[in-house]
Amino acid sequence: MLSIRNIVKQYVGHTALSDVSLEVSRGQIFGLLGPNGAGKTSLIRIVNQITAPDSGEIYFNGEKLNQSHIDRIGYLPEERGLYKKMEIGEQMIYLARLKGLSRAESIRRLKIWFEKLGMDSWWKMKIEELSKGMQQKAQFVATVLHEPDLIILDEPFTGFDPVNAEVIKDEILELNRKGATILFSTHRMESVEELCDAIALLDKSKKILDGKISDIKDTYRNNIYMVEYTGDRVSSNSAEPFELLDETTGHNNSYIIRIKLKQGTTSNDVLQYLIPKVRINMLQEVIPGMNEIFIEQVNKIA
Amino acid sequence: MNKILLIIQREYITRVRKKSFIIMTLLVPALFAAMFAIIAYVANDKDQTIHIVNVIDMSGNFKNRFTDQKFIKYNYLTQSLAAAKADLKNDDDLILNIPANPKDTAVLYAKKKTTLSLADNIQGQMNDIATGVSLVNAGIDTASLHKIKSNIIIKSNEITDAGEKSTNMAATYTLCFAGAVLIYMSLFIYGAQVMRGVIEEKTSRIVEVIVSSVRPFQLMMGKIIGVGLVGLTQFILWIALSAAITYFVGNKVTSIHSPVYTFVHSLGANAAYELCCFLFYWISGFLFYSALFAAVGSAVDSETETQQFMFPITLPLLFTYILSVSYLFMIPDSNLAFWLSIIPFTAPVAMMVRVPFGVPGWQMAISMSLMIVGFIFTTYIASRIYRVGILMYGKKASYKELAKWFFYKE
Repeated sequence: MLSIRNIVKQYVGHTALSDVSLEVSRGQIFGLLGPNGAGKTSLIRIVNQITAPDSGEIYFNGEKLNQSHIDRIGYLPEERGLYKKMEIGEQMIYLARLKGLSRAESIRRLKIWFEKLGMDSWWKMKIEELSKGMQQKAQFVATVLHEPDLIILDEPFTGFDPVNAEVIKDEILELNRKGATILFSTHRMESVEELCDAIALLDKSKKILDGKISDIKDTYRNNIYMVEYTGDRVSSNSAEPFELLDETTGHNNSYIIRIKLKQGTTSNDVLQYLIPKVRINMLQEVIPGMNEIFIEQVNKIA
Repeated sequence: MNKILLIIQREYITRVRKKSFIIMTLLVPALFAAMFAIIAYVANDKDQTIHIVNVIDMSGNFKNRFTDQKFIKYNYLTQSLAAAKADLKNDDDLILNIPANPKDTAVLYAKKKTTLSLADNIQGQMNDIATGVSLVNAGIDTASLHKIKSNIIIKSNEITDAGEKSTNMAATYTLCFAGAVLIYMSLFIYGAQVMRGVIEEKTSRIVEVIVSSVRPFQLMMGKIIGVGLVGLTQFILWIALSAAITYFVGNKVTSIHSPVYTFVHSLGANAAYELCCFLFYWISGFLFYSALFAAVGSAVDSETETQQFMFPITLPLLFTYILSVSYLFMIPDSNLAFWLSIIPFTAPVAMMVRVPFGVPGWQMAISMSLMIVGFIFTTYIASRIYRVGILMYGKKASYKELAKWFFYKE
């Protein structure tokens, strides 16, 4: 769907992107992660052909990215904004027509969207009369109205209250189900794990990690488990098949321990060792969250 | 291309629908009409008595050469000045004493203070006659002079065509001078509108959405052309409404013709030429300057920051304007006038001032060509600054910064 190959972008005095390559497959929800100033927005602007890379190539559906693809992409920038004095209906039509829709078609689609998101009564209102959340909703509609194949969302959830963020998230998923590929940048990790199929992590102009979320998590599994049990406290000696990392007390005289498996052992060995001694309430593998991976990776570079 | 039309359409429609546009469009003709009504009232009130000018012509050049007009009749005396003064009975009559030596000043005597227009009228006729006489004296056949001169200076035809009272130089001067002033003002007014539009898009952040659909150059040109069309619309409406309203007021208040009507009527055949010059310099000047204004708009975050960039843009215009009012108007053939009307920065105003005095074709050609080259050049520079500037938030731009932006690759 979108193939970004060896993109380099330099500004006077600093490098925004150095040799970044990414593959986004059709139908994916792809998360572009990274701290502020990592180069996310620079990359997004290049994909939107707002700026051009110094070197490197981008392929869209197998074709070299060109002006004809503009109408196939929908872009919601991080810095939101609409014409303040323009009526919202007219403004939406204008933006849709810039993306190649006819006037009649844009009105038809707008009616559907406005109804869906409870915006019917806004048509004649000016942007400056709307609240910030309402403006964002309108802008989201403008982004997706021309039914783009690729939807690029730069920090889509900032500025939404939790209720509307949920509405927008559902719409994104719905669009994705209908076949749209979604590329979004964020530093909200919980939304990443919830939504994304794959991610790329950018830091200081370089890509430091990418792949499917499940693959990435697999690589970062480190045989750490959490066990909750009741009974006598298990004292540690060298016979157990694990290393005790820490221990806390839970409700009803239970103990919660974090353990790391020793080389060559499995969670079954742990159970076999513990079952004769205590009553086990829970055993769970501790998989690092994207948040931890993110912080770990970024710190490693720094 | 289709997208640039959409942008032009939006820029045009949102501006034309604005209350301020409608108010301005109605207010100016209304003021004009009010002004005219006052003038018409005063004119109606003035004495319409017939003045008899008794001419004592010592030089012998003017005898029987004055043309009688509705309220000014000429009478040629042979008596001395003193005798004529003694004979002057009617309060409204005058004596015009023309000395033998053409270097001495002719004097107009009257019992009452003479009106300016009366003196002007007589002076104008005297100048026409004197020119004709001195040409004949110099052995130049006026008829052949017309032929030669008409090839060199277009306006000369009218200057010496004594018989045609319908062609009035004053009207032509007025038109061109008004044209120059109008160009000067509207370059500021509409240039600033372009700039404000760019700042609005930048501060509201919508620009990033737009440039993901169109190229920055299309957005800039769409805005410039859209605002330019608004300007043209306003001019056309002003002229049409003023003409209609003064015609109406003119018929109501007094029996004299609407000034617009008489004005246009008195312009004669060359009005089309002057109008074309005006349109050319207005459009090219607007394109030239508004591109620069757009670049300034893209470089700042708010209108208050524009000062440092506005100054060097407005300075040449202001300079030409001030010069036009005084110097250029007096000496339209000077070297300075020539250069000012050639350089694109100052040409729109300077050339309009020169037009009624006759501008040689080759100068016109250079000036117009340079204007076209000029606005292509400024548009190019501006678009390079613009495409970077519109996406630079919160960065205070210096001239050094602008130069850097200019050299950025896409």
